[in-house]
Amino acid sequence: MSLPFYDEGVASGLLSGVLFGYVLESAGFGSPQKLTAQFRFTDWSVFKVMFTAIIVAAIGLAVATAAGVLPAKSIFIPTTFFWATLCGGVLVGAGMAVGGYCPGTSAVGLATGRLDGLFFMVGMVLGTGLFAAVFDSLKGFYLAGQGPQRQTLSQLFGIPTWAVIGILIVVAVLGFMIGTRFERAHGGPLTAEQLAGETVETVSEIGIVSVRTR
Amino acid sequence: MRVRPFWPPLLAGIVLGAVLLMTFLLSGHGLGASGFFTRLTAWFGGETAREATVGNAYLGPFLKTAAHPLANWITWEIVGVMLGALLAALTSGRFRVRLDGAPKLAGPARIALAVGGGALTGFGARLARGCTSGLGLSGGAPLAVAAFLFLIGFFISGIVLGWSLRRAWL
Repeated sequence: MSLPFYDEGVASGLLSGVLFGYVLESAGFGSPQKLTAQFRFTDWSVFKVMFTAIIVAAIGLAVATAAGVLPAKSIFIPTTFFWATLCGGVLVGAGMAVGGYCPGTSAVGLATGRLDGLFFMVGMVLGTGLFAAVFDSLKGFYLAGQGPQRQTLSQLFGIPTWAVIGILIVVAVLGFMIGTRFERAHGGPLTAEQLAGETVETVSEIGIVSVRTR
Repeated sequence: MRVRPFWPPLLAGIVLGAVLLMTFLLSGHGLGASGFFTRLTAWFGGETAREATVGNAYLGPFLKTAAHPLANWITWEIVGVMLGALLAALTSGRFRVRLDGAPKLAGPARIALAVGGGALTGFGARLARGCTSGLGLSGGAPLAVAAFLFLIGFFISGIVLGWSLRRAWL
């Protein structure tokens, strides 16, 4: 058996997508209220879920590579373009703070009945079109500060993969502890019941109630 | 139907990590999202302003191949994401048709913010060559430097802007 299968078919995409969407919704990530609460430090679910997922997948990939079932250069690893990578992250973070979603969670939002998810998608098409329109003049910036191909943290710091994963686990544990403390100070993370309102107005009332009971 | 609670973050993170790992073993790459919207933009441009889009250095290549710009793994994945999310919401009593968002910026303001935030995100994801899923999550698993650089920028600007806008969301 040789891994990965490089299966780019319909079934492969649907399977990965259905599971991805099911987990995101179950974590509460269809809600722009819950997603943006991370930035207000009142709900740390985004940090907790993302960091845990990265660590679990990182351990799996490292084990599969060490066991010899997954060749080291067989999977996609992005390359850094310092300014474009950093500024792109800044813009996507700003987009979530303002619009309430990222690309994947806007699809989750729309699928759970949130019409604002659809408007966010319209915005993304506009933003992508704008990027394409100015692409020629942005090219220098887009390609500036290119790092080594497929560079990993382990290569950057010259330490083994296991050490990097160990450091990430320490950061995750600290993040869980600090995050949970912040959440408790704000009446706990947002629950499905709090976010179940029919309209924005209903959610607003729940918000006011929770402020009063604090 | 009673609304069922969300999964605890640790459980959701472990399952998401397992799904991400499975996707890597199945396809050779991780999960994504913004790539679909790039292809959607290329397709839409091809339908409405064909010459300009085909001649565009960034979107043109998507239209110059024999395959339809949307005929790609990422499209099936996004269709799957919506089906999976719909299934999870329907079976947990969390499906509601509504305009969600900051309570104090409801109605037309919410629509403007969603479109504006989407535009920032669409532009930013193209600049970064990926989004929170495609670059942050899927680049994070193989410990790519690019993923963590992206996430640093994402959280810093998200916190600065999200914190300044906090009164609208309370």
